[in-house]
Amino acid sequence: MFILIVGAGRVGSSLARAMLKDGHEVSCLDEDPESQSRLAVGMERSWEDSGGQFTVGTGLEIDALHAAGIERADAFVAATDGDNTNIVISQIAKRRFNVPTVIARVLDPLRAEWYEQQGLHTICPTRIAIDMLQDEVREAASKQRVRAGAAPAADGGAATNGEGS
Amino acid sequence: MAAEPMYVIIVGAGKVGWNLARELLEKGHEVTLIEGSRDRYLTVEQELEHNIQYGDATELWVLERAGISRAEMVIAVTGDDEDNMLICQVAKEKYLVDRIIARVNNPRNREWFELLGIKPFVSATDLILRLIEHEVPEYGLVHLLDLPEERLEIIEMLLASDSKVAGRRVGDLEMPEGTLLISVLREGRGFVPGPDTVLEAGDEVLAVLDPGVEEDLKAFFGSDGAVE
Repeated sequence: MFILIVGAGRVGSSLARAMLKDGHEVSCLDEDPESQSRLAVGMERSWEDSGGQFTVGTGLEIDALHAAGIERADAFVAATDGDNTNIVISQIAKRRFNVPTVIARVLDPLRAEWYEQQGLHTICPTRIAIDMLQDEVREAASKQRVRAGAAPAADGGAATNGEGS
Repeated sequence: MAAEPMYVIIVGAGKVGWNLARELLEKGHEVTLIEGSRDRYLTVEQELEHNIQYGDATELWVLERAGISRAEMVIAVTGDDEDNMLICQVAKEKYLVDRIIARVNNPRNREWFELLGIKPFVSATDLILRLIEHEVPEYGLVHLLDLPEERLEIIEMLLASDSKVAGRRVGDLEMPEGTLLISVLREGRGFVPGPDTVLEAGDEVLAVLDPGVEEDLKAFFGSDGAVE
C-alpha cells in the first residue's frame, strides 16, 4: 500500500525504511531537507534511489500534502516531534482527505487517551514506557519481598502518575 | 456594566492576550490568563498577579487547574495556530465550554480551523485586509458584517459616477432577490431611504443580503460597463 509519513525523525525514518523493505510505497514529508539523508541511514543507496519518495514541507501546507501524495494514501502516520502538529495534521488527513488508516504519535498520555476516545488513533510512546517501567519496578519489588521472606503481595492498584516527557 | 460577569480563560499573554485580560477584568469579568513562557509569565504576573498562571495550555491538566470546567468562554490567542486550534477543540468538545474564540496567525490555516469546527476565529491579517477594502474604494464592495451561521451579510458599496442606479428612485429599483437596501450615506450622514429617495453618484449604500448574491448586487449597483 501507499504510506505517507509526516516527520522523518528517528521514529518516522525507521518506520519508513521498514515499510519500504516490506515492499510498500513510502512517501515522507519533513520540513527539514536534511532529514532526507537520515532516511538512507544503513541503506546501500539513497532514499529515492531505493524507491522512497521525499517532500520538503509541513503537514499544514496543503500544497506539500498534495505533492507528497496524500490523495492516494492508504495510510497516514503523523510522527513529527510535536504533539500538537501530529494531532492537527492527522485530523486533516482523516477529515479532509479521508485517508483510511491514520495514526498519530502523541507523547502526552492524557491527550493521547482522550483523542483515542474521540476516534483518532494515537500511539503514545510515553504510555508504553510508563507501563514497562511499572512492570519492571513491580517485579523488582516482589522479588525483594520474596527475598525478605514475605509472601508476594497481590498487585494492588498502584498509583499511575502519567507525567509526559 | 452591561453584561453578566463571566469566567473567561485566555491563553497566550502576548500583547493581544494581556490587553484582552486587562479590559475584561476592568469590565468586571473573572479572568485567568495562561502563559507558557516563564519570562513572559513573570513580566505579566507583576501586573495581573493571581489572574495569570504559568503552563502549557495544550496540556489538559493545565486547563483543568485553571478551572476550565466552569469557564464560560475560552479565548486562544497564542502565536501558534496549532495550539490555538487544539486548545479550542478540547475546550469545546471535552470540557463543553459554550463559547470559544481562536486567533488565526497565518490566514492559510483558516481552512483547518473550519475543518476542526473552531469558530469564530479572528485573523489580524484578514481584519487589516478588510480595512484596506474599506479605505480603498476601488475594491467596490466592502463587507461590514458576515454571519455565516445566520446566513446574513451586510455590505457597503460606493456608487460610482457611472453607476446604473445613480439618478433613479429607490421605489423604482428592482433589487436582486435576497437583497435589501437599508441605508444611504451621503455627505457624511446616513439615512434610511424611502421609495422617493433618489440615489446619487458618490452615495455609499448599505445593503443586507443572503450569502452568495453579492455578485448580483455588485452588478446591479455597478457602472454600466462594469469591470471586476
